[in-house]
Amino acid sequence: MSAEDGDTPGVIKRFLFVNRKAPYGTIYALEALEVVLISAAFDQDVSLAFLDDGVYQVLAGNDPSGIGMKNFSPTYRALDDYDITKLYVERESLQERGLPEDGFVVPVSVVSRAEMAAIMSQQDVVLSF
Amino acid sequence: MKIGILVNEGPYTHQASDSAYQFAVAALKAGHKVTRVFFYHDGVYNGSSLTEPPRDDRLIVERWGKLAAQYEVDLVVCVAAALRRGIREQNLAEGFRISGLGQLVEAGIQNDRLVVFGD
Amino acid sequence: MLHTVNKSPFASPTLTQCVGHLTDGAAVLLIEDAVVGATEGTASGALLAKCLKTHPVYVLRPDLMARGIGEGRLVKGVQCVDYAGFVTLVTEHDAVQSWL
Repeated sequence: MSAEDGDTPGVIKRFLFVNRKAPYGTIYALEALEVVLISAAFDQDVSLAFLDDGVYQVLAGNDPSGIGMKNFSPTYRALDDYDITKLYVERESLQERGLPEDGFVVPVSVVSRAEMAAIMSQQDVVLSF
Repeated sequence: MKIGILVNEGPYTHQASDSAYQFAVAALKAGHKVTRVFFYHDGVYNGSSLTEPPRDDRLIVERWGKLAAQYEVDLVVCVAAALRRGIREQNLAEGFRISGLGQLVEAGIQNDRLVVFGD
Repeated sequence: MLHTVNKSPFASPTLTQCVGHLTDGAAVLLIEDAVVGATEGTASGALLAKCLKTHPVYVLRPDLMARGIGEGRLVKGVQCVDYAGFVTLVTEHDAVQSWL
């Protein structure tokens, strides 16, 4: 896709937000989510990938009250209102961490590492934080 | 080719800002356009006018500004990330501007490539 | 897709994760601390030697030099590029994924 296309209103690119870090230890997960929400206003083809420690971002039951931070898990539920529904969680990352394939804060698709690789390869813009 | 850059880390602690700068210089010298560098997370500290490194060290903030002036690179500091970290118009270095996250998404849409530098 | 890695494989599994997600036509570029993983006689070197059978692997020479690693210590087949080469790799691939 050329840059000229990018200047044309109505162009749709495939954006992938790659999340590989656990929430709360750093701000990356929260600020990544803020970009995702903004991207909805641009009518792009947005996907979110959760792999490695990033899978902890979308687990249900996160409670940061004891560390004095705001729980931003509910924000993931707002994604659906913005028509952002392609959330992919990597199966191998869950297995490596002894986590089941359910119990997420929002509906997600659990995909294999090979499927995740294929999803990554199809993107126009990959944003990682 | 039109290239956008995202910088996620502040100056001096992590190499990300240096790598992004060296990459930007090389891209510009090769005749490409670096249309925008977006500074996010601690990357917003790249836009602080208050940095004062030792005399024999590189001037990370200043050289971004010079690059922007020479090649018309749009240096954008994320407003939400900046306010969190105490970067405001009053201490914003020359060549930078503060704007919203939409500028990052736009950089992804309007450029042929978007390259991310971070931790 | 050009995949960049900036973490030392001695400190982070990022290189292994990156290599596990390569598809046809993908290339790997090691920058910053990741360059220390491209040397012969290391676990990451062995991983890269295997990776090289299907994907090109590059290291950023200025980062290698900064860490005192001679090119002679690199795994055979790993190619050195400078920042201009980094730019070329970015333009030659459809997109870039930074494994942060």
